[in-house]
Amino acid sequence: MPDPIIITRKLRREFIRDQFHVIALEDVDLEVQPAEFVALMGPSGSGKSTLLHLIAAMDRPTSGEIKALGTDLRALSDRQIARWRNQHIGFVFQSFNLIPVLTALENVELPLRLTKLSRKDRLEHARTALELVGLGDRVHHLPRQLSGGQEQRVAIARAIVTDPDIILADEPTGNLDAGSALEVLTLLSRLNKEFSKTVVLVTHDPHAAQFASHTRHLEKGQLLPNSVAV
Amino acid sequence: MALPLGYNLRNLAVRKTTTIMTALGIALTVAVLLAVLALVEGLRTALRVSGHPLQILVTRKASSSELVSVMARANFEQIKVKPGIARSASGEPMASLEMVTLLNLEGVDSPGGMNVTLRGISPAGREMRDRLQLERGRWYAPGRREIVVGKSVALRYPAAKIGGKLQFGKGDWEVVGIMSAGASAVNSEIWGDLFQVASDHNRAEFLSSVLLRAADPVAFSALINDLDADQRLNVSAIPETRYYEKQMIAAAPVQFMGTFVALIMAVGSCFAAMNTMYAAVARRAREIGTLRVLGFSRAGILFSFVVESVLLSMIGGLIGCLLVLPLNNITTGVGSFVTFSEFSFNFRVTPQLMLSGVLFGALMGALGGFFPARSAARKEILNALREI
Ligand SMILES: Nc1ncnc2c1ncn2[C@@H]1O[C@H](COP(=O)(O)OP(=O)(O)O)[C@@H](O)[C@H]1O
Ligand SMILES: [Mg+2]
Repeated sequence: MPDPIIITRKLRREFIRDQFHVIALEDVDLEVQPAEFVALMGPSGSGKSTLLHLIAAMDRPTSGEIKALGTDLRALSDRQIARWRNQHIGFVFQSFNLIPVLTALENVELPLRLTKLSRKDRLEHARTALELVGLGDRVHHLPRQLSGGQEQRVAIARAIVTDPDIILADEPTGNLDAGSALEVLTLLSRLNKEFSKTVVLVTHDPHAAQFASHTRHLEKGQLLPNSVAV
Repeated sequence: MALPLGYNLRNLAVRKTTTIMTALGIALTVAVLLAVLALVEGLRTALRVSGHPLQILVTRKASSSELVSVMARANFEQIKVKPGIARSASGEPMASLEMVTLLNLEGVDSPGGMNVTLRGISPAGREMRDRLQLERGRWYAPGRREIVVGKSVALRYPAAKIGGKLQFGKGDWEVVGIMSAGASAVNSEIWGDLFQVASDHNRAEFLSSVLLRAADPVAFSALINDLDADQRLNVSAIPETRYYEKQMIAAAPVQFMGTFVALIMAVGSCFAAMNTMYAAVARRAREIGTLRVLGFSRAGILFSFVVESVLLSMIGGLIGCLLVLPLNNITTGVGSFVTFSEFSFNFRVTPQLMLSGVLFGALMGALGGFFPARSAARKEILNALREI
């Protein structure tokens, strides 16, 4: 078995706000293998997003270890993390988070502006990514000229345009109708199967979880053992 | 590489009302500053062209201007035989004895009267003024109470029209012509025959100054040294160009007041830009979080928001330039503290001036935009993503 692409050990994240002390994650030991498609399930407030944010190095743990692609994320500076995330992580939000003033193509090109690619190459890559998500004919549309499903596909194109190793999606179908949700899930599954991307999908929809190769459950900040059935 | 400029420009376009309001405030500030600079620039140009590079103005020692200088006719005879003086076509030395005094004229915009320079001048002196032109009428005849007025004088004082009469000295003087000489000080003067003007003021033997033209640059310096060192003459000799440059001091009060007002307005404009940019940062919090997730650094975010603020205020700077453009070539006047007379010149809105206006605007934007941009850069990703 190859080395896990994501490993956490006794990962803990507490939030202290005013008088409240919330333990969002408690002693989470998680391993994800390369090219795995993991569905992360659990009730609202169980710490799913928090875990995803820690893997993406958008947040730092209170204690415990976290390694992704062999890198100890706690050791990196803010600047290094930004670079690392740009190269290795594709993040998909529930609310799409496209830049409203930029066209689909410009949105997808955005992460590539941090690379050394020429403008021509950047646009070519962005176009390819949009074609992959089936929006080759919508490149010059602004986000508000697209449907929710199309917006989320643009967001996925943006997440994969840098050819990252890991795709993290936080309830990507939460704001979509059933049809669009199916398209998005199929797309993530394709990225996993055809391009061997490691995918971690947060969802509380059991149907969505069926697209994954493994499912893990969080409850009150604790990761339930692997053996627990769906 | 940074965020695209189009991203900032389109964000400015999206919130056009605030953009326009903020830009207009900056435009007014830039316009005030540019108006002052255009005035100073116009004066500088007029003064620069008023002097000939080879000419020397000789006044009595310690006289700050021609007006307070007294030059005896006997001294002139000694001065004009000094070596190094250029010769005219007719072989005469290019040396002009002149008398300068002030006339008080009632003007269109100065009912209390303004001081205007009256110059008694010989034919040699006229020859030494480059670009001197008779615009209308004729030159004064020797030995008669006739005068020719500069074109700015003709414009500003109703009495100074051809056929009009001005009263000074021992009686009425008839205006017989209107003259001009490029943008120089001549336009603001009144000229008459040297002997007639001097005898009317009982100053036939004691005039004001001597203007000399040196044969070449070497003779020019030598002449100045020679005259300055001559104990019997007791005169000071300075380059004519320098004499006019000293009069830039006339613009100092306007320059000071204008710059002061523009600076105060600039502080206001900075705060306006700051306010606008803080609002933009607040409205785009989630966008900022998203950009950070995509890999943009804090520095990249800071830079992008500063750029946006600079673009905003450069638009203001451009509008400011357009606002002052109509001032270009409008004639105005300042009272000169050196000659105590009025001096007319045109506002000059040059391309360099407009460039500095746009840069001034950009500076306001950079200063005003810095703190909002820093607050954008300091946001934690998760907090930014959670907002609205
Ligand atoms: N930035 C934060 N500040 C304070 N509390 C937070 C913050 N982020 C998450 N939490 C808390 O941590 C817990 C887990 O949240 P989250 O990971 O978003 O859950 P989920 O995504 O599973 O719904 C919740 O109780 C939530 O209120
Ligand atoms: Mg969540």
